[in-house]
Amino acid sequence: MPVNSTQPPAGQPGTAAAPALCIDALGRKCPVPIIMLAERIGEVAVGQVVQVLADDPAAKTDVPAWCGLKSHDYVGSAELAGEAGWAFLVRRGY
Amino acid sequence: MAYLDAASAEPMSPAARQALLAALDDGWADPGRLYREGRRASLLLDQAREQVAAVLRCRADEVAFTSSGTQAVQLAVLGAVLARQSASRGPGHVVVSAVEHSSVLNAAAQAEQAGSQVTIAGVGADGRVDVAGFTDAVRRDRTVLACLQSANHEVGTIQPVADVVAECQAHGVPLLVDAAASAGRAPLPTGWSMLATSGHKWGGPPGVGVMVIRKTVRWRAPMPAGNREGHRVPGFPNLPAIISAVAALEAFEAARDEADIALRALTGQIRDRIPALIPDCVVHGERANALPHIVSFSCLYIDGEALVIELDKAGFSVSSGSACATDTQQPSHVLAAMGAITHGNVRVSLPRDTSEETVTKFLEVLPQIASRLRGSAGQSRKAG
Repeated sequence: MPVNSTQPPAGQPGTAAAPALCIDALGRKCPVPIIMLAERIGEVAVGQVVQVLADDPAAKTDVPAWCGLKSHDYVGSAELAGEAGWAFLVRRGY
Repeated sequence: MAYLDAASAEPMSPAARQALLAALDDGWADPGRLYREGRRASLLLDQAREQVAAVLRCRADEVAFTSSGTQAVQLAVLGAVLARQSASRGPGHVVVSAVEHSSVLNAAAQAEQAGSQVTIAGVGADGRVDVAGFTDAVRRDRTVLACLQSANHEVGTIQPVADVVAECQAHGVPLLVDAAASAGRAPLPTGWSMLATSGHKWGGPPGVGVMVIRKTVRWRAPMPAGNREGHRVPGFPNLPAIISAVAALEAFEAARDEADIALRALTGQIRDRIPALIPDCVVHGERANALPHIVSFSCLYIDGEALVIELDKAGFSVSSGSACATDTQQPSHVLAAMGAITHGNVRVSLPRDTSEETVTKFLEVLPQIASRLRGSAGQSRKAG
């Protein structure tokens, strides 16, 4: 189970980065975590943060790369307890 | 069927095939022996060495044949580190670019396990090494080796070797250039201390690599060395394959300019048309600074392994840097270092005789496959 699933990574202002939506893509292989993110980011308002939980190693590169391509802000990532994957934070850019 | 994975292996050229068959009669004996069959083999081996030295612009006695490009890289790296290891100061510092072939990174990782410090110099979005970052690392105290490839094997980006040579020379740091991706295809950079390259990348048979170590470079054999290849490479040389690989290199080099024009036009078509044909598809690297035969692109929201399999069913053999498509199940370290999307990746690398028809057909088939794979995933694309 993820630890601190709604907490932003250390160093981020607490309320500014609190996720408005959590997408659980644990156990899903790339590109599914990215597909899920692309599909659902529209559910939050511009400026709000989506959290994606994923354990596929490609997600580590693909989440920030997708943000760059699609003009969303890649806020950061935190490793989940027990090497269970990562929690990625993305702020909707437009 | 169209084989479009020349960057993994260029199909053997007619020159290579002929040379291999001819060499089987004369090239099987031990070139180290004094009897006539040995002397004949030795003569052929020396001749091959001279021919390679002429193409690579080095001395024949700087050339050692290895059993693969990987072996050439690894002996070069480990030998340079070993030679500069000091009893009092320990192993030194090694600089490598983040997009080197895995053989270089694996050798550096092994050196690190044995106590060396390793700095991995980052690259830009196009895969080109950050020169300032690389040279800063070279200037560090106790740097004993720097490794920068001539060009990238996955995305085709040509590296600015000339921009790091001066710094390496000024600080007495030997520079290893892995030229496997570019030998016979682009002018070789100058100013390197060691060079590694691989016979099956230019239409030679598998099983031949070339390691060049300039006379001035301190190097110590990391593997138990016998007498062969100037005490550098253990094992009986595969002389028929060496002869064949050298014939292939000469033929490749002779046709280089013509091939460059033809291949660049074809990969140019792929670079131009993919963004128009397939939505959400990113082509990697800058056309103006790339090898002529390689183009890599990533299609969003598609599984790379599925793409490769569907293309294979449609008669096109391509490779992929996507995690699912590799035997390591890790995404391409090259694409990751570039900050590029790793899923849905295809690398097309055109062999020398590729026709325009083949490329046209590929560009017809690919969008159909992409759209089918996206459709079957039941995904619709929103503003995200």
